[in-house]
Amino acid sequence: MSTATATDSNKKAPAGERVADWADGRLGIYSLAKANMRKIFPDHWSFMLGEICLYSFIIIILTGVYLTLFFHPSMNEIEYHGSYVPMQGIRMTEAYASTLDISFDVRGGLLIRQIHHWAALIFLAGMFVHMMRVFFTGAFRKPREINWLFGFLLFVLGMFTGFTGYSLPDDLLSGTGVRFTQGAILSVPIVGTYISMFLFGGEFPGHDIIARFYSMHILLLPGIMLGLVVAHLILVFYHKHTQFAGPGKTNKNVVGMPLLPVYMAKAGGFFFLVFGLIAIISALFTINPIWALGPYRSDQVSTGAQPDWYMGFAEGLIRVMPGWEINLWGHTLVLGVFIPLVVFGLVLGAIALYPFIESWITGDKREHHILDRPRNAPTRTALGVAWVTAYVIMLLGGGNDIFATHFHMSINAITWFVRIAYFVGPVLAFVITKRICLGLQRRDKEKVLHGRESGIIKRLPHGEFVEVHEPLSQADRYKLTAHEQYAPAELGPEVDENGVRRKIGRMEKLRVKLNKGYYGGDNQVAKPTSEEYREITSGHGHH
Amino acid sequence: MKKLSARRRHPLAAVVVLLLALAATGGLYAAFAPADKAQADETAQSLAIKEGQKLYTVGCASCHGTGGQGTSDGPSLVGVGSAAVDFQVGTGRMPAMQPGAQVPKKKNIYSQTEIDQLAAYVASLGAGPITPTEEQFDPAEADIANGGELFRTNCAQCHNFTGKGGALTEGKYAPALDGVSPKHLYEAMQTGPQNMPSFPDTVMPEQEKRDIIAYVKAVNSDDTPSPGGFGLGGLGPVSEGLFGWIFGLGSLIAVAVWVAAHTAKAKKS
Amino acid sequence: MSSQENPEENLPAEQGSAHDAAHAGGTTVVQHDEDPLADPGLPAHKPRIQDIDERAAKRSERTVALLFTLSMLATVGFIASFVIFDIDKIIYVWPLGHISALNFSLGLTLGLALFCIGAGAVHWARTLMSDVEVADDRHPIEAAPEVKAKVMSDFADGARESAIGRRKLIRNTMFGALAMVPLSGVVLLRELGPLPEDKLRKTLWAKGKQLINMNTNEPLRPEDITVGSLTFAMPEGLEEDDHDFNTEIAKAALMIVRIQPEDIKDKRELEWSHEGIVAYSKICTHVGCPISLYEQQTHHVLCPCHQSTFDLSDGARVIFGPAGHPLPQLRIGVNAEGNLEALGDFEEPVGPAFWERG
Repeated sequence: MSTATATDSNKKAPAGERVADWADGRLGIYSLAKANMRKIFPDHWSFMLGEICLYSFIIIILTGVYLTLFFHPSMNEIEYHGSYVPMQGIRMTEAYASTLDISFDVRGGLLIRQIHHWAALIFLAGMFVHMMRVFFTGAFRKPREINWLFGFLLFVLGMFTGFTGYSLPDDLLSGTGVRFTQGAILSVPIVGTYISMFLFGGEFPGHDIIARFYSMHILLLPGIMLGLVVAHLILVFYHKHTQFAGPGKTNKNVVGMPLLPVYMAKAGGFFFLVFGLIAIISALFTINPIWALGPYRSDQVSTGAQPDWYMGFAEGLIRVMPGWEINLWGHTLVLGVFIPLVVFGLVLGAIALYPFIESWITGDKREHHILDRPRNAPTRTALGVAWVTAYVIMLLGGGNDIFATHFHMSINAITWFVRIAYFVGPVLAFVITKRICLGLQRRDKEKVLHGRESGIIKRLPHGEFVEVHEPLSQADRYKLTAHEQYAPAELGPEVDENGVRRKIGRMEKLRVKLNKGYYGGDNQVAKPTSEEYREITSGHGHH
Repeated sequence: MKKLSARRRHPLAAVVVLLLALAATGGLYAAFAPADKAQADETAQSLAIKEGQKLYTVGCASCHGTGGQGTSDGPSLVGVGSAAVDFQVGTGRMPAMQPGAQVPKKKNIYSQTEIDQLAAYVASLGAGPITPTEEQFDPAEADIANGGELFRTNCAQCHNFTGKGGALTEGKYAPALDGVSPKHLYEAMQTGPQNMPSFPDTVMPEQEKRDIIAYVKAVNSDDTPSPGGFGLGGLGPVSEGLFGWIFGLGSLIAVAVWVAAHTAKAKKS
Repeated sequence: MSSQENPEENLPAEQGSAHDAAHAGGTTVVQHDEDPLADPGLPAHKPRIQDIDERAAKRSERTVALLFTLSMLATVGFIASFVIFDIDKIIYVWPLGHISALNFSLGLTLGLALFCIGAGAVHWARTLMSDVEVADDRHPIEAAPEVKAKVMSDFADGARESAIGRRKLIRNTMFGALAMVPLSGVVLLRELGPLPEDKLRKTLWAKGKQLINMNTNEPLRPEDITVGSLTFAMPEGLEEDDHDFNTEIAKAALMIVRIQPEDIKDKRELEWSHEGIVAYSKICTHVGCPISLYEQQTHHVLCPCHQSTFDLSDGARVIFGPAGHPLPQLRIGVNAEGNLEALGDFEEPVGPAFWERG
């Protein structure tokens, strides 16, 4: 009887369960699944920006592997005799020739190349927007600072992976970019020439750079990025996702729908949507038609030579910089190239370190899982907008020749505009953004206290016209008042009650000053309190 | 109407108004924007039957002087040759309409016969490059690949990889080569109009000019294949980047909004 | 009808009280029942049409199934396109232009196949899976003090047992060894390339080398070069199929124009020219792009990469942009055969500036 039951239950267990049992005995998957299978994810479109990046990264890896099957990372020169007529008999490197072959002689090769390149542009654009979302909502605060750094590193590595990939076909456009890189390296004081010689295996362009970029592009950089992506995702799971304030949503919970099944379907489905859209874009729109560019030759060039957009900001810096060069004691300091190189690092570094700077200024050591609405952190928002402004102005500078021809302007005028705007623009953006944020805070306060303007005009018995204000629901009132407001920091008395002088460090003084800049005086609008609300609504209805 | 006023303050009203305003602005602009009209038709009318010097006296002498010796408004035409006249007038650059960084290409107002008459007159002022004949510029038998190589050495630096044009200093520009006839391409290389340097036969023989013309015609004409799809103007990473941001990332974000949005609830009964 | 169950703890009443107790870190929100700004808790779940109307649910089901079916058809279409279309078949598609039939059909079918899977899955999730919002508690990331104490004592035990603190000799030599061993890797990197030496200072140009026209591969003669023309030259002896052609031309590329001698403002430029024919390095002194956007009326030459502008009638002085010094000029003359020749190498390094340039 007992044996019969045993075989009975054996029969009953479906195949899937038996496989899972087998795996659990070796991997402990049930414990993993217990913690994660019904994990809750909040719903908001901006939380899917990171997914766009993840999926385009996966698409890039899939298509990239396919491309390696046909690409020859070699600078050996050959005469082209493939299908593309306007290149017949032209001398070119195998790298360029094999890229032509991928485009014209491999069925579907062109599509995969275009998917790879479009996905790369979208990957970096996605990372940029994702990073801005995290910045403006304060999602980088404790405990997520490290994950912010991981994300930042992914963006920077993505830039360089993109750049090395853009260079691989060894066409006239990308070769010009490599030439620029070499010139920029040469500008580095003391070690520049050595780094250049070592990187290129001798003088520019030499015969090594494509092969070296290739190993960086397909192995070194994506390898590091893959590791960082995994770490980034593990931390997202571990910290659980942030959420916007709302009814029932607190700093101690996360409200949304479970991974299985809703997010499995939504996130999994979104992967296919992203891949599908990028494939459709690649079917309809050309990207980097290398056959039109010609093979790289160090004495040839074309106008309109730009890097892909994510390097455009560096390109802008280098274009608008005045040509400063200092010759002293038999040495040359190439400031005209080196300063942009340093500024490039500083601008990126500033955004990377921001979470640490902000937490130092606020002195806030608590965990934050509720997102800020950008208006409720006016100084941070204004700083972010100023940063983006500086970035975008340089991006414009990087395309100054294209803008000059297409908007009938002088390239010199655009360059001067960018030179000035780079300093003026961010300041203006900061001031204006802060004003807007405070205005929005005031409007929120109005709404909470007086309700929403309904657009219904009422005529009172004595002839006065008033607009009816609809009171907000409890949920909306909560949403608009859920944010915390910091009180500005105070230095405190220099002499304590016992008459002992307290020593206040210079850093502490600076911190308090900055803190007041964030939260003192006019830098935030006090949010409405329950008492204010009661006072206003206790009288007679709405007016 | 009441409904409309009640919804005026709806949270989405601002968005709707903005969209309407944008659509209206675009529509108004399209309606009122100055269309590219043929200009100075009446001058063409009145000059149509005159010839050579008469044409010159009326159309050119005010800037280039009565004998082509040049004035402060226009360079001397002595020795520029008939090819230069054929190019400048044939592409509509001359007579120039207004001073500016550069004289733009526009609709040609002279017939070929009149241009030939003008060219003959200017050529009589002093020897210069002669209007090329059909066999000089006809690219039919030329080597496209060699033309490409020559184009990238001599032309692409200003005119872009496939002749989409590019910027020069102080508002000047190298024009796009779309739709420029082989003859005019040949004459431009021969004579170096405006700020373009010339490429005389001594340093770039006729055959090479034909190769270049063949290349331009192969990569920059209405029926040039663009295998990968729409070419985005052939301007490279700037237009690709803009497209990637606006349409690429834009469409993905639109989809993300749909994925993340809450499904419509059943109306309360 | 919805068969989804609504777990008790997600009901608004439950939610509200649970969260009031554990409200956001730090702030003290006084909770009265009548507090007008208090958190009302998770709103009650409202059903969708699909939850209460089986017909609507069926419609959703059919839509999802249709999308998945479309995807299958699109994959069939992909395979069919792969087989049918020649790789060089060009078709006209309005408004895209003359495009590859293969790329177009493969991309569209692949895109459709993928997109439909995604759209189906998302539509399924949005209309048929439960849309009940659930709250999950968070737990502080920091370990409890007991846990921390245990870890610290374990670590102290381990450190003590290893005796790393006591046996300083072991510790110091170990750190020394670990610090030194990566040096081997650094030393290996030395093989990446040669030392700079004077490589950046020398080009192929030398006294007596003729200027070869890049277009015709013939020596240039002064009478070939007219005022207003632009010509590119390379040194005699360099061939396009030389192994190091690209490396050599990267330094030796030459741009030749002719300027009326009276228009040349720089004395040395005039001296180094031949009857107004001047030869300048084609390599921009900023970061090395081949600069050659020559405006024949102004004698300005513009770099297409970063818009450095040089005045060729005035010693190639920088008049705009990020370049730090003028383009190097090559001193030229005419040899016995009447061809243009170099009278030596450039007197300064060509191309971008570098630390040792001086």
